[in-house]
Amino acid sequence: MSTDTDPVTPSPAGAHHVAPPDIRPWWLRPKTFVIAAGVVVFAAFMWRFGGGDIRFSTEHRPRPGTTFDWDYFFALVPDMLRGIWVTAQATVAGFAVALVIGLLLALGRRSRLRVVRLPVALFIEFVRSTPLLIQLYFVYYALPDWDITLGAFVTLVIGLGVHYGTYCSEAYRAGINSVPKGQWEASTALNLGPTTKWSQIIIPQAIPNVLPALGNFLIAGFKDAPLGSTIQVTGILAFATAASGRSFDAGVEPYTLIGIGFLLVSIPSAWLVRRLERRIAYERIS
Amino acid sequence: MNASAEPSDRPGPVDSPHDPVSSPAVRMRGVNKAFGDNVVLQGLDLDVAPGERVVIIGPSGSGKTTILRVIMTLERPDSGTIEVNGRHLYHEQKGGQLKPAGEKHIRSVRSDVGMVFQHFNLFPHMTALENIALAPIKAKGMGKREAHQLGMDLLDKVGLVEHANHTPGQLSGGQKQRVAIARSLATEPAVMLFDEVTSALDPELVGEVLTVLRDIAEDGTTTMMLVTHEMGFASEVADKVIMFDNGQVIEEGLPSEVLKDPQNERTQAFLGAVVKH
Ligand SMILES: Nc1ncnc2c1ncn2[C@@H]1O[C@H](COP(=O)(O)OP(=O)(O)OP(=O)(O)O)[C@@H](O)[C@H]1O
Ligand SMILES: [Mg+2]
Repeated sequence: MSTDTDPVTPSPAGAHHVAPPDIRPWWLRPKTFVIAAGVVVFAAFMWRFGGGDIRFSTEHRPRPGTTFDWDYFFALVPDMLRGIWVTAQATVAGFAVALVIGLLLALGRRSRLRVVRLPVALFIEFVRSTPLLIQLYFVYYALPDWDITLGAFVTLVIGLGVHYGTYCSEAYRAGINSVPKGQWEASTALNLGPTTKWSQIIIPQAIPNVLPALGNFLIAGFKDAPLGSTIQVTGILAFATAASGRSFDAGVEPYTLIGIGFLLVSIPSAWLVRRLERRIAYERIS
Repeated sequence: MNASAEPSDRPGPVDSPHDPVSSPAVRMRGVNKAFGDNVVLQGLDLDVAPGERVVIIGPSGSGKTTILRVIMTLERPDSGTIEVNGRHLYHEQKGGQLKPAGEKHIRSVRSDVGMVFQHFNLFPHMTALENIALAPIKAKGMGKREAHQLGMDLLDKVGLVEHANHTPGQLSGGQKQRVAIARSLATEPAVMLFDEVTSALDPELVGEVLTVLRDIAEDGTTTMMLVTHEMGFASEVADKVIMFDNGQVIEEGLPSEVLKDPQNERTQAFLGAVVKH
């Protein structure tokens, strides 16, 4: 396996093969904070430009008497794409929020202080055991009573973020616990501070174990995001509701379309998530 | 580094006003440690002089690893005191009294101690060089370039320069342990603890690791505490051998005394079993 079979023989001083210090490019290193920074920038971008109020066109209607009008079907495609774009933006932004909130919750749950640990655990339990739909309603319709008014899109992002944040926190927790005890002990023996220990040792090793769960949450979040239509987010479900409401028999085409729209997004993203997992797992062993 | 955090340097009714030259590298007094009902260290007193090489032997489960772990702060003693280079590890002087120390103080004293583990505990997601350079950069504030140069020098010392950019998964057990030793050396701890560092290795790889340990021992500046079952190696490098059983030191002395001519019958029985084995 190894070429270095002879025992320790220090090379003569200035030997030719003294390799230059490591020059792996940063994007090949598991520097997670770079990724995290990217996610935050992306989220900020979404926040600023995403979720604008979309008006769906109202001119298209199916020809009366047809069960499935292909012209009507194709005429709806642009609106469907705009709707799914909003839904996808909400999902990605919400997931970025979930990643950060999840980490904070996971760390809070590990806190040495009971006053931090217990409320955090309670909060996680509470959020996980109530439906996202109720949480969205609460944020959108109940919080204004306390003078907190959020736009529909922002509400959806926060709702998804908090809801999936609690799930992510559990995944992080399992991932953190999966880092062998010896790694923590080596960090102590090297006298590394908490910041280095977490950012350089624990989190980079926890991430590959957490990725499959996170990927599944992303896809599950995408399937939950249409709930936003109940609080007036002009996403994909709102598109279909609007289109089908226009005439008596206009329902089949838009609902077929959103099924296709979901497949168009879900299948490639599931594929991407799996690839990413494999990549990171590979980098880890090599 | 931060003398202000060290009230023990101040004059006053201090219990152990060490002059740093003569204070032992490690001094344990009345150290107790139990896991539940299992009493592992029972009022342990132990002194290790600067530069001394102490080998600890004893039956399995007697607590040899625990001795090293309480010095490395991986395990907190139930009571007793430990000093490293004359500074209390778990206590601080406050108003002339010994009080439990805060994390900052422990960290400052701990920087004098390093440990090499039986199962290496290398960071699998980093190259050999990154493993070694991390602590100098992050814990000692060394520049990146300088730390990498130090890493290369240490890899050279343990004969692994060619493997600088390999991750632990690409190294053999013996190579991993040599990287782990280099990693520990990189922070220049005054006291190095070695817990059965060859026990997890295939027999043919033990030699290369012992060679590295001999090199460190020959330098003579580093205080070494080694738990090992390699009796030949022990008698070769040890200044002092400690036989440990039932939570206490039951015999100590020169290797020629303890290993060749043990007086205590439990030492005799233990060595008899090891030799037969
Ligand atoms: N974290 C722990 N929790 C509970 N018991 C422990 C723990 N660590 C050690 N022990 C127990 O303390 C005793 C001493 O363990 P220790 O590992 O120090 O022995 P040892 O002399 O190093 O043994 P070996 O030669 O097998 O390595 C053993 O009975 C062990 O089971
Ligand atoms: Mg042991």
